[in-house]
Amino acid sequence: MPRPGFVLEVDRSTPPIMFWRGENFSLEKLPAGRSRVIYPPEPLEALSDIDGAIRNALLHPIDQDPLASQMFPGMKLTIAFDDVSLPLPKMRRPDVRQRVIEAVLDTAAQAGVDDVHIIAALGLHRRMHEYELRHALGDRVYDAFHGRGMLYQHDAEDHDNLSVIGTTDHGEVLEINKRAADSDLVVYVNINSVAMDGGWKSITTGLASYRCLSFHHNPETLENTKSLMGHRHQSALHTSVWRLGQVLKDHGPKIFQIETTLNTDMFPSPFEFINKREWEWTAKDRATFLGTTKSLNRTPIKLARKIFHGMEGPHQMTSVQAGETEAVHKLTLEHVHRQQLMEVTGQTDILTLGIPFVCPYNPDGVMNPILVMCMGLGYLFNMYRNKPLVREGGVVIMTHPCYRDFNPVHHPSYIDFFEQVLSDTTSPAEMSRKWEKQYAEDEWYKHLYRTGNAYHGVHPFYAWYWGAHGLQHAGKVIIVGGDPPTVRRLGFTPASTMDDAFEIASDVVGRSPTITHLHVPALLIADVQ
Amino acid sequence: MIAEQLANKRIAITGSTGFVGTALVERLLHSVPDCTLVLLVRPSKRHDATERVRREIFKNNAFDRLKAQCAGGAETFDEMIARRVVAIGGDVSTDGLGLNDADRAVFASCDIVIHSAAAVSFDSPLDSAVEINLMGPVRVAQTLQALNITPHMVAVSTCYVAGNRRGNAPEALVSDGHWDIGLNWRKEVAASRRLRGDVEANSRAATELVRFRSEARKELGAAGGPALASKTESLREAWVKAQLVEAGRARAASVGWPDAYAYTKALGEQALTEMKGNVPVNIVRPSIIESALAEPFPGWIRGFRMAEPVILSYARGLLTEFPGVPEGTVDVIPVDIVVAAIITVAAIGPERAAPITQVASGGINPLKYKTLVDNVRAWFTKHPLYDAEGQPIEVPEWQFPARGRVKEQLQRAKAIAEKTERVLQALPLRGKQATWAANLEEKKIEIDRAFEYVQLYGLYTECEAIYQVDRLMAMWDSLAAADQRAFNFDPKSVDWPVYISTIHLPSIVHHSRAKVTPGKNRNDRTDRLRRSVMSPDRHLAAFDLENTLIASNVVESYSFLATRRLNTPERIRYVLRTIAEAPRLSSIDRKDRSDFLRFFYRRYEDAPIAQIAEDSPELLTQLILAKSFPAGLRRVREHRALGHRTMLITGALDFAVEGLRPLFDEIVSAKLTTRPDGTYSGNMGVVPPTGETRAEILADYCASEGLRLEDSVAYADSTSDLPMLEAVGFPVAVNPETRLAAIARKRGWLVEHWEKASGAPKMLLPLGTMLSERDRKRVFQ
Repeated sequence: MPRPGFVLEVDRSTPPIMFWRGENFSLEKLPAGRSRVIYPPEPLEALSDIDGAIRNALLHPIDQDPLASQMFPGMKLTIAFDDVSLPLPKMRRPDVRQRVIEAVLDTAAQAGVDDVHIIAALGLHRRMHEYELRHALGDRVYDAFHGRGMLYQHDAEDHDNLSVIGTTDHGEVLEINKRAADSDLVVYVNINSVAMDGGWKSITTGLASYRCLSFHHNPETLENTKSLMGHRHQSALHTSVWRLGQVLKDHGPKIFQIETTLNTDMFPSPFEFINKREWEWTAKDRATFLGTTKSLNRTPIKLARKIFHGMEGPHQMTSVQAGETEAVHKLTLEHVHRQQLMEVTGQTDILTLGIPFVCPYNPDGVMNPILVMCMGLGYLFNMYRNKPLVREGGVVIMTHPCYRDFNPVHHPSYIDFFEQVLSDTTSPAEMSRKWEKQYAEDEWYKHLYRTGNAYHGVHPFYAWYWGAHGLQHAGKVIIVGGDPPTVRRLGFTPASTMDDAFEIASDVVGRSPTITHLHVPALLIADVQ
Repeated sequence: MIAEQLANKRIAITGSTGFVGTALVERLLHSVPDCTLVLLVRPSKRHDATERVRREIFKNNAFDRLKAQCAGGAETFDEMIARRVVAIGGDVSTDGLGLNDADRAVFASCDIVIHSAAAVSFDSPLDSAVEINLMGPVRVAQTLQALNITPHMVAVSTCYVAGNRRGNAPEALVSDGHWDIGLNWRKEVAASRRLRGDVEANSRAATELVRFRSEARKELGAAGGPALASKTESLREAWVKAQLVEAGRARAASVGWPDAYAYTKALGEQALTEMKGNVPVNIVRPSIIESALAEPFPGWIRGFRMAEPVILSYARGLLTEFPGVPEGTVDVIPVDIVVAAIITVAAIGPERAAPITQVASGGINPLKYKTLVDNVRAWFTKHPLYDAEGQPIEVPEWQFPARGRVKEQLQRAKAIAEKTERVLQALPLRGKQATWAANLEEKKIEIDRAFEYVQLYGLYTECEAIYQVDRLMAMWDSLAAADQRAFNFDPKSVDWPVYISTIHLPSIVHHSRAKVTPGKNRNDRTDRLRRSVMSPDRHLAAFDLENTLIASNVVESYSFLATRRLNTPERIRYVLRTIAEAPRLSSIDRKDRSDFLRFFYRRYEDAPIAQIAEDSPELLTQLILAKSFPAGLRRVREHRALGHRTMLITGALDFAVEGLRPLFDEIVSAKLTTRPDGTYSGNMGVVPPTGETRAEILADYCASEGLRLEDSVAYADSTSDLPMLEAVGFPVAVNPETRLAAIARKRGWLVEHWEKASGAPKMLLPLGTMLSERDRKRVFQ
């Protein structure tokens, strides 16, 4: 029986706590008596018969007829699936998406459907490389559909292939992929890693146009999204998305939503120690940790990156449900909460976060400084429900090398964003006013997004807005071990050690602040009371 | 009274754009209110005499006090100049002074002619020194005779006509002295003219021409025919000049003068005396002229002369020692004293003035070498110059070594610098390292210069002749007190320590724009250049591709495309074959870029067009973008955002650069011809633009689109792009190789250092990603 999440009060006997630092780790001693460490719940038991569960979900959908009975010869069927941004790290083969899509395709074949398109619902993310598509869908699906032009990736800038579905009462225009809009049935295949994914967000962002996304991907909405994981009760983003979902429901194509949840068993051996609680480390874990960090210190950074990005996680499936979007998503959230939700009492003055080598926007690439901010203040900071782990005006301390490295293939506009925009302003509102349009409409970025493997020109803005709420909430942000000029460019304060960081933080929170450390990895939703 | 004696006189001056000339013009306009001036000035390539006078004389800060006086008066400065000054075009190295009829008439109306034009540089080529210094005064006198007039002629010469000797040097012709060896000036002139012809002929000998060409190639690399030709010719001219300079120095030394300047001046005095006919002539001989004691303001100086480069080299720590005898005399005289003496000679007229008057300090108020050195050292210890890092430069203790030892030291330093430079140039350096190598070249030039100083000026510091000023002092004593106040030429009035530390050194340091404040230089110059490149007024921005926008080349794109459909053993074979071929390929490339491309592109023979079309888009993301310089791509888009046209000029093939199309309005690249069976022929249909053709393409494009080439920008990385860079008004060297870095530095071009994104996926070999077996075996025909 997996243990639930646990809040450790740090005392004198507590061993140093492991922090991620990009492609490495460090052990940090937290002050006794006023620090606590939040350990997420342990991974849940996986489903034993995954393919059986998938078949069952297709046969007995929620609030809808079985998938097979919704299919007929001559129909237009579109299967859309979540892109490479999840899960992290990538899943061991076979990927859940492959299993689900193969099952859907079997059903379609039996029903005599031959007009099937498979679309990667990547929104403004980068197009997936061939090896990534093969990994997510399997060689069989890839070879059968790609060569015939029936497996492709959504293009939010291809105006001939976008179609307006309708407008919400708030004036938000829903514009999505034309093929999906014109289909008799859209099957959406989702992986729900965190509570903000899935539901109406799947299609209204994954298959949407830039125009459609800009209604809710903006500083104002994201500053009022408290938090992204708190869902509609606390998220202005999700409120907007759900309004768009209503338009989709009323005027759009018929949708068959398939959502899956995974447990938090994310790291393969020999990295199991990452998932463990430090005081429970065995001699072997300790040796592995020591060996790993020592050898990583001597490994060229590019090689270290290769090792980490080559990692494949077990990511076992804990549930699959299909049918009507809202009903399905309700159940999905229950499963996500079963794995991730834990109660935490009270806020503290300081929140410490170890930032890993990857976030949803750099699979197989470099975690650039903007993504460090996005991961820290956008994702990890938002891992709460009710109220943030750190009090308003408190300090967020992150650990990451924060090197000035960018992948020019995936993140061309990030490079320019860092050089041009961040040297001008770090305020989301101001950059949105002064710079966003220029980047969003840049022909070169569009070209690279549409034909290469680059994130859309506007994406660095979105990554930055993702942290808008955290930026507004925190009184100071410190990055330990970060390249000082780079950290300063982000508008944060560099510190060389954790002790220095506490010293710097004392300006804001006094000499003996309370501290919370969020033990990353593992996903959790801290229900802060 | 001097001002009255010169009132209503028309005074012609030659050499008015020089140091003494400018001071003379200013002083006459200022202190002799009623005279008018005729300035004989050689028209330059760009400007006629009037324009040169306006730009080179009246813009000088010597006239600041006159301008201040005129401000608010009845007559503006420009009006006063227009009323009192006439410029005529002429040249003292041409017979008849090259005057046209109108100017001849103006010249003929003069009452006094002050001849101060001279080739004062101590390293003039022999022939030009002879034509100007020796024949110049003769020509002026002959022109006056031809015009049938006899104005009073005052010729400015130099004390150093006395030659290498110890003891007193009197105010008399050298040819009348004890030590004259009876040189015939006519023979000297003929010999120098013959020498010029001989050297010119030698420089055109086949062996020399081959040498110049190979040197030019070494310096420029594959820059194309025209660039190479112009460089070769300029090397030849430089060689001719160097030969003549050397000849001048050798001839002067052989007949007892320190250099060609003193030698030609000495013969010039002799020739003038012989050829003056009925023109009354007085000669004024100053010693080493330095910054002004009081007029037009203390410390005024024009151009860098003798002591200044030496003093600054010392202050910069470059020259740790300079030869000289501590108790020797450095005969220095402030310019305003010289000017006052000349004016006085002109005013009192040919009868009252001595035939020869020396204006020097050595005989009456000597400045000892040790006094000079001690004062200089004390001053720079108190007010040090700062190096580029913002650290003060410590000045060394002066040892008063003999000339030989200093020369030896410098020669050693030079040899080391030269060797290092050769090694660096042979290395494939780029970007910052190349700039560093270019700095070294600068250092070498500095050593060269120091070497020259020692060679040239060392003789002067060792000179132990004492110039007599009896006649000068007699003239001084004959002046009324008011004249003495207005036209001070008493060498005794100079207090040397005060002059050196409060007048001369502050002035030359200010003039040299040396760094006098601590702290690191912010690179303001680069910012300024970048702003001018990124001005909205620019028209076109042309970019080279390889090593300017991406760190890749045609071999890599070929490898990528060629290996995409190969399996592992085939790939290994391909890599081995390419490595084996590499030396040959790079040798062809070094010789001629077009030949290389023509040779290399044959490899595309039989390549299916459809396959290349399918694979090229991958080339953009996997090779070009991964190896791109993000700052470079950003720069292209910034140009577009400013409304400039953007152009890519590359030897790469059209399909390889197709992915960059959205960045550029125009792409000029190579194209292969195709065959009816859907394959490439391996021959080029459009010849790739290299070397000088790039400049032509730019010029043609600008002409046809109505753009201005001089308002265009070009970015390139190597000297083979020199013609393109030279063609535009705003050249930018990107990550330049050593040779281009040196050129960019000399010419003040903007240099950009663009780097690959540090998080780019690393590729060990530029091979295409392995496709699935099914795709690999796909047949395209």
